[in-house]
Amino acid sequence: MQRYILSRLFQSIMILFGVLFIIFFMLQATGDPVSLMVSRNASPEEIEAVREAMGFNRPLIVQFGDFIAGAVVGDFGDSLRHKQPAMDLILERLPATVELATTALFMAMLIGIPLGLLGGSNPGSLWDTLARGAGLIGQTIPNFWLALILIIVFAVKLGWLPAFGRETWQFLGITLPTRSVILPAFALGLFTMGQLVRFTRSAVMEIRSEDFVRTAYSKGLSDRQIYIRHILRNAAIPLISIIGVQFGYLLSGSIYIETICSWPGLGNLLAEAIGNRDFALVQAIAFFTSLVVVTLNLLTDIAYGLADPRIRYGD
Amino acid sequence: MAPILEVSDLVTRFYTFDGVVHALNGVSFDLQAGETLAIVGESGSGKSVTMMSLLHLLPMPPARIEGGSALFHDDSGTIDLLKLNRAEISRVRGGRIGFIFQDALSALNPVMTVGRQIAESLERHLGLGHEQCRRRVVELLEKVGIPGAKQRYRNYPHQFSGGMRQRVMIAVAMACNPKIVIADEPTTALDVTVQAQIVELTQQLQRELGIAVIWITHDLGVVAGIADRVLVMYAGRPVEIAPVDDLYDHPGHPYTIGLLEALPRMDAAGSKRLISIEGSPPDLMAPPAHCQFAWRCRYAFERCWNEVPPQVSVGPQHHITCFYDVNRERPRDNV
Ligand SMILES: Nc1ncnc2c1ncn2[C@@H]1O[C@H](COP(=O)(O)OP(=O)(O)OP(=O)(O)O)[C@@H](O)[C@H]1O
Ligand code: SF4
Ligand SMILES: [Mg+2]
Repeated sequence: MQRYILSRLFQSIMILFGVLFIIFFMLQATGDPVSLMVSRNASPEEIEAVREAMGFNRPLIVQFGDFIAGAVVGDFGDSLRHKQPAMDLILERLPATVELATTALFMAMLIGIPLGLLGGSNPGSLWDTLARGAGLIGQTIPNFWLALILIIVFAVKLGWLPAFGRETWQFLGITLPTRSVILPAFALGLFTMGQLVRFTRSAVMEIRSEDFVRTAYSKGLSDRQIYIRHILRNAAIPLISIIGVQFGYLLSGSIYIETICSWPGLGNLLAEAIGNRDFALVQAIAFFTSLVVVTLNLLTDIAYGLADPRIRYGD
Repeated sequence: MAPILEVSDLVTRFYTFDGVVHALNGVSFDLQAGETLAIVGESGSGKSVTMMSLLHLLPMPPARIEGGSALFHDDSGTIDLLKLNRAEISRVRGGRIGFIFQDALSALNPVMTVGRQIAESLERHLGLGHEQCRRRVVELLEKVGIPGAKQRYRNYPHQFSGGMRQRVMIAVAMACNPKIVIADEPTTALDVTVQAQIVELTQQLQRELGIAVIWITHDLGVVAGIADRVLVMYAGRPVEIAPVDDLYDHPGHPYTIGLLEALPRMDAAGSKRLISIEGSPPDLMAPPAHCQFAWRCRYAFERCWNEVPPQVSVGPQHHITCFYDVNRERPRDNV
């Protein structure tokens, strides 16, 4: 198990290093970064002065070293637009995205897992048809389209939910979500829901026909005992990785959903930063989301290893 | 000796997309208390399906048991296994009839400790409490020859060697003092020396606990060593049943004769796998309208192609499903 964790940790660090490499050289590849920072009619002397001040005249490898050193402590420089540290802007927007992603994940799990279990346990039944339908819808309907439809129906026509924006509720100094999160979270979680239904269904179908399930029956256990102790426990282990990967995807913020629903999260910030060609901010967001995804994958692998005795007691 | 199990005319079919598989076409045999009955036959002859039909372990659909009876006698009376409902058969499974499967690695749950997997049937059938269960499991593990049973209780299947896993499987099957243990090719996945140990262990426990064992195998060497009687299956029917010496000395069915001829001389210490004889088994998609062995039979004559042969007795315990009398080299006239 220790070796397993160490090797995953090493892989994660290598991936992050690769991400930093790409982020840094992408900026170089788009042309002279200084041109982004000066006004359109700056004189060559002014441009040279900025280049000097920003250190862009140093050898690339030195600049890259500096960039890495900054990245390690979360310093990506100031946002060109907001004139404040890019990381501060990210941390400011983070709670909104976390709220949205967590809600989306819970909704997806609440619908996806039970539906997958019911479908997989009763192949060919009405539940199974529903499960397969939900899986298909989740994977084919674009979430921004669904978000628009939901807004039209539940916000505009029925008026049950707000059409856009994030409202929170303060309770004992804690910021709590309100119903404003329901609509964007549902749209965002749709794809994850589809994945969970499909995966749970096929895992249950596969495990049902395993030899050890037949052994469980040959011991005289009841259907319920067999489902809970033998089928579900085995299906839950690979489910851990799907959920972990999906949470990473949800947490990296959705440009579409956050923009359509005016949700003040990371996706929204990223859309704005791209629009402004705010390079420091784009770099910071790109690295931050990679960090979140890589960390989550690492945690997922560890959780998976803990849950599966073949890894926990393996070498 | 009294029979503990009497199976008659068992018919099992699979209704698949490609058509109906006639897997069992009238299987009859009996099992005496405490004896070892070996079942041999080519792959696909219906050995496993017979046993799984008795305990309702086949996936339904596609499987359907369409006829027959399986009378199980014990102290509390006689029941027809095929007529039991889900709750009733689950009391028999693991309680009065234990099952040992071929590949213990896939037959044990990879994420549950072996101790728990044995304890499960004790809880279910003997209603033992937690502490009692634990003690009994450790006892069982010791009995099947697992060193360090107390520590091994908490281990998972992948932490055992193949032979040790099969010992765990035996402990599962024997946990609740069953009357019958069905062993479906329990040694096929193991290497030769371990095979011998497993055979020996099973025999020892069988004698100690007075269990009747049905031993399914391809290995005629094992059969000669352990069986009291042998049942030879072909295309979903028993073609010959006889006491083991009788079968080896006076085989009466052309298929059995072929099997024994194809067998390399058994003076070598190693056991020999059943080498199949010339030709291939019939397609089970068509319902049998004549002797299913006729295509491959060197004695086949006209009647064999027109009628399905019935089971005839050629001795007090020796039954053959064939129209031809190989000893007198002519068709039987009394069938
Ligand atoms: N689930 C199933 N669906 C369709 N046909 C099946 C199914 N299970 C078994 N059969 C068929 O039933 C027949 C008997 O199979 P069975 O497993 O009893 O053979 P066997 O004698 O145990 O062979 P082996 O020595 O290979 O274990 C085979 O022709 C097989 O194809
Ligand atoms: S009945 Fe006929 S074909 Fe079948 S085994 Fe006997 S002799 Fe051969
Ligand atoms: Mg078999």
